[in-house]
Amino acid sequence: MRSRNCERQNSKPRSLAKRALVAIFFVTVVAWSATGFALGPSSTPSIFSPDSTPAHDIYHLSLFVMAVCLGIFLVVFSLIAYSIVKYRKKATDDDREPPQIYGSNQVELAWTVIPILIVVVLFLAAARVIHAVEDAQFPPNTIEVTATGHQFWWEFQYPAYGITTANELHVPVSDRSHPAPTHIMLLSADTDHSFWVPQLAGKIDLIPNRRNEIWVEPHDLGHYVGQCAQYCGIQHAKMLLNVFVDTPEDFHKWVQQQKEPATTSDQVAAGRKVFETNACMNCHTITGTISHGRFGPDLTHLMSRTTIASGAAPNTQDNLTLWVKNPDAIKPGCLMPAMQLDDQDVNALVAYLMSLH
Amino acid sequence: MAEAQPMVPPLVIPQEREASRPFVQVLHDWIVTVDHKRLGIMYFSYGILALVIGGIEASIMRAQLARANNHLVSPEVFNQLFTMHGTTMIFFAAMPIVFGIANYLVPLMIGARDMAFPRLNAWGFWMTAFGGIILYFSFIGGFGLYGAGSAPDVGWFAYAPLTSPAFSVGHSTDYWTIGLLISGFGSIATGLNIMTTILCMRGPGMKLSRMPMLVWLYTVTAFLVLVAIGPLTAAQLMLLIDRFLGGHFFDTQAGGSAVIWMHFFWIFGHPEVYILVLPAFGVLSEVIPVFSRKPIFGYNIMVAATIAIGFISLSVWAHHMFTVGMTSYANAFFVASTSAIAVPTGIKIFNWIGTMWGGKITFTTAMLFSVAAVAQMLIAGLTGIMLATAPFDWQLANSYFVIAHFHYVILGVIVFSVFSAAYYWYPKVTGRMMSETLGKWHFWLFLIGFHMTFDFMHIPGLLGMPRRIYTYEASRGWETWNLIVSIGVIFQALGVLFWVFNVIKSYFKGRVAGSDPWDAWTLEWMTTSPPPDYNFAELPVATSRRPLWDLKHPEDPDWKYE
Amino acid sequence: MSVPQSDMPLSANLRGKIGMWCLIVAESSIFLIFVVAYLYYAGKSISGPTPAQVLHVPYFASVCLFASSGTIMLAERALHRGNVKQFGLFWFVTLALGVTFLVETGLEWYRLIYHEGLTISTNLFGTTYYSLVGLHAFHVTVGAIGLTIILLLTLFGGVKHEHAERVSVFGMYWHFVDAIWVVVLSVVYFITR
Repeated sequence: MRSRNCERQNSKPRSLAKRALVAIFFVTVVAWSATGFALGPSSTPSIFSPDSTPAHDIYHLSLFVMAVCLGIFLVVFSLIAYSIVKYRKKATDDDREPPQIYGSNQVELAWTVIPILIVVVLFLAAARVIHAVEDAQFPPNTIEVTATGHQFWWEFQYPAYGITTANELHVPVSDRSHPAPTHIMLLSADTDHSFWVPQLAGKIDLIPNRRNEIWVEPHDLGHYVGQCAQYCGIQHAKMLLNVFVDTPEDFHKWVQQQKEPATTSDQVAAGRKVFETNACMNCHTITGTISHGRFGPDLTHLMSRTTIASGAAPNTQDNLTLWVKNPDAIKPGCLMPAMQLDDQDVNALVAYLMSLH
Repeated sequence: MAEAQPMVPPLVIPQEREASRPFVQVLHDWIVTVDHKRLGIMYFSYGILALVIGGIEASIMRAQLARANNHLVSPEVFNQLFTMHGTTMIFFAAMPIVFGIANYLVPLMIGARDMAFPRLNAWGFWMTAFGGIILYFSFIGGFGLYGAGSAPDVGWFAYAPLTSPAFSVGHSTDYWTIGLLISGFGSIATGLNIMTTILCMRGPGMKLSRMPMLVWLYTVTAFLVLVAIGPLTAAQLMLLIDRFLGGHFFDTQAGGSAVIWMHFFWIFGHPEVYILVLPAFGVLSEVIPVFSRKPIFGYNIMVAATIAIGFISLSVWAHHMFTVGMTSYANAFFVASTSAIAVPTGIKIFNWIGTMWGGKITFTTAMLFSVAAVAQMLIAGLTGIMLATAPFDWQLANSYFVIAHFHYVILGVIVFSVFSAAYYWYPKVTGRMMSETLGKWHFWLFLIGFHMTFDFMHIPGLLGMPRRIYTYEASRGWETWNLIVSIGVIFQALGVLFWVFNVIKSYFKGRVAGSDPWDAWTLEWMTTSPPPDYNFAELPVATSRRPLWDLKHPEDPDWKYE
Repeated sequence: MSVPQSDMPLSANLRGKIGMWCLIVAESSIFLIFVVAYLYYAGKSISGPTPAQVLHVPYFASVCLFASSGTIMLAERALHRGNVKQFGLFWFVTLALGVTFLVETGLEWYRLIYHEGLTISTNLFGTTYYSLVGLHAFHVTVGAIGLTIILLLTLFGGVKHEHAERVSVFGMYWHFVDAIWVVVLSVVYFITR
């Protein structure tokens, strides 16, 4: 028993739909170009705005791969579109079956060999960039950083300078004629994380009991953003990265500042007392004081950072007060407990924290 | 060959509904059944139910992500949602649907009366069903880091050491592990059953070279099930040993390796996605020829490509681990193997085009879904190529680009193929035709919604948005794209509603289908709709790859050309 | 209906054998991962006893298990010939040898736990050792239970000549368990000790 279901498509709504789709497409392209291809550091961490050698290498490879894919898409999609238009059953057709073709060895050979060639080319292109990035040799003036991932913040140490800081990374800009890359060793204190600042490099994971590495070689000054890219627990979403690319002079000024022990001032003695008599000192380090905790970020130069809680909030008095009173208000589920302090203690404490330049 | 007695398609008998029996009796019959058709329906229905539940979980996530800094759900709930969404969809929606289609169709298509091991078949289904119940019991019975009622929140691939007792306090992770372990046993049983059925239970004349493409695809699928589920089972046993017996398989503090979990998981995980997609390819290879009125183009090459995909899929797993810091040689190897699998996959796409080429195509709803699936496979394959080039993957991995890519395959190819299969074989299963009008509404709504969501989803990934984040900063420039992505969900949900309504309405009001409503050629169309319990009054003889064509065209049978 | 012999596919009688092969493939895949974990972690324990310090090659247990493969083959042959009594005898010996293997494993573990201080939670070696050997012992136990059931059925006269094929399918499982022991023995007691 046969049933024929030849309902013809109404052409009018189809061409309207086509026009709408074309319009959406153009709007998308324009809007995306504005954000996606921005030059220089941007608050939108687009992979198409590279500003560092490894990111550039990846970018050029990605353009090549996308061009190849676009070519394949246009050819094959046209074939699909052509076949469904040209070979649709027309109302004028009789009921005879079309020629029953079972295959064609020549055609099969062609569309096997050509894809193999394409695949070989793509492989070679990829292998070249893998080698360039993973097996790169570093000049003697490379800045060495050790990044340790924590739930849910970043610890950065500069072993050569003896400094430890948190969440905001400073690196010097690199001149193309005298490259000064920054090489970052990636460790983890607890679970898996991933270091991803798209404009500066591809991402590499931070895995406990494993040493990974990544390097950046930025060409433009400014502030680059990124974040943890491997699910690490409840506040994975707010483990943000802020990288500041400084001139070599500014970078060394920053290093000098970070090397100093914490500023002391009698005006904030009350706050310091609150810090040191509550559990704060068990988790946090403030160099030059008795606070040597390693579980939480180093606070010695807290006020040199633009954000707190690994980028979750700007570093202002109000936010610091809120953070100390109730961390869950900013980063629900983070590992810093609310210390149950009364308002007087909180204000004194915040005053102390705000003195840590 | 000419000695074989031709089988005349049986008379069309209007399907009589069962005389009303007590509901308890009907329920009992379904629960104790070992009939492959009933088990197929049960598997499929379970899968669709899980699909809806997973879809609700996704909808809540999309509502949360539609705006920056949204507070619709807490991070605890969001993290449970994406874990449960992924786990539900892969293990309790897609796998049961795949097994359901196999169960119903494979014996019919090879001219058998049932699967090789009917009771094992039932056992496999109930194990899978039970596993899902255990997983979902966590919502009420789980006790995790955040108190009671805690579903697992470690992601569907449950990376170590996040799953260690130190970081996953309580039992929410154990519900994930044990639920999947149990359903894994069911999957292995079904894989075993499918393989044995295909090898041993083929009817008269059904040589391997005459099997329908769907059956070939399921042969390779069954092989992958047997080989690939084991690593997951092993890894989960190891995780249980770590969590309950103080073992150190993934305990980085004791010198254990987090990376080895990834290896074991993805050695399962990548073949798993081929377990899901190969049956979809099988559906396309059945539907497209019938509605193009031509045999599948290049049958032998299609079979060879399938086998190639099966084997190569076992060698590509670490493309999920390009960011883990493997050596450049290891990375390069996996670039090569992953890119290589594009070749047989591409061959399949070309052969489907070749099937349509020169045909007389009618755009029934089943055909619409199949053609869309082919076009979407093309796009998904190409984004896969992008991900296969490791340096590009160093940017794209763990971002919304990857989510867009794999949903393109799972939704755009697999679910579209499942819908195609539903429209195509519904008449066989129920004896009624589905409404083509409602079907077209379903198709267009779903197509628009799918593209709205998953085309645009690539963009936030390219703009640096990682996955598994419950919220994001407004300044990142991701908000507009996320909003469009979220709106697409509404269209998809509407489309599915049309389909569900169609399924129910057609069961009662649909036109009587008869045994062969589509003028098709494989053995399942040579029996009544629905088939009797024993499938065929007399086992049909397969005279070629298209036995029914031979009967309908005795002047020009296929066996002359094979 | 006459169909040429060349067109008749594999007989349904091969279902049991093919099904058991499928199970063996799936089980091998599980074991392979435990073996890989064992090899990967060999020498990587950061404390606790090492294999060389505490492991003794289980010669007697292994001989018993390997011999049981021989006796089960003899049992199957007997049943194929129709000699149920001889089948029952060899079957019993197979079971006895299998149980001996398990007892020996138990004794070995007792020694390791109480005299050498090696448990599953001691170190990486402990974890991987007990898991791999334990997984195998679990499969031997399941096999022993199957052997017992068939033995009981035989004693009650339920197993006859016509069941030879089915018994052979179970025999395949027992041979598989033995083959796994070849791998485990080599990896644990020779290659990495």
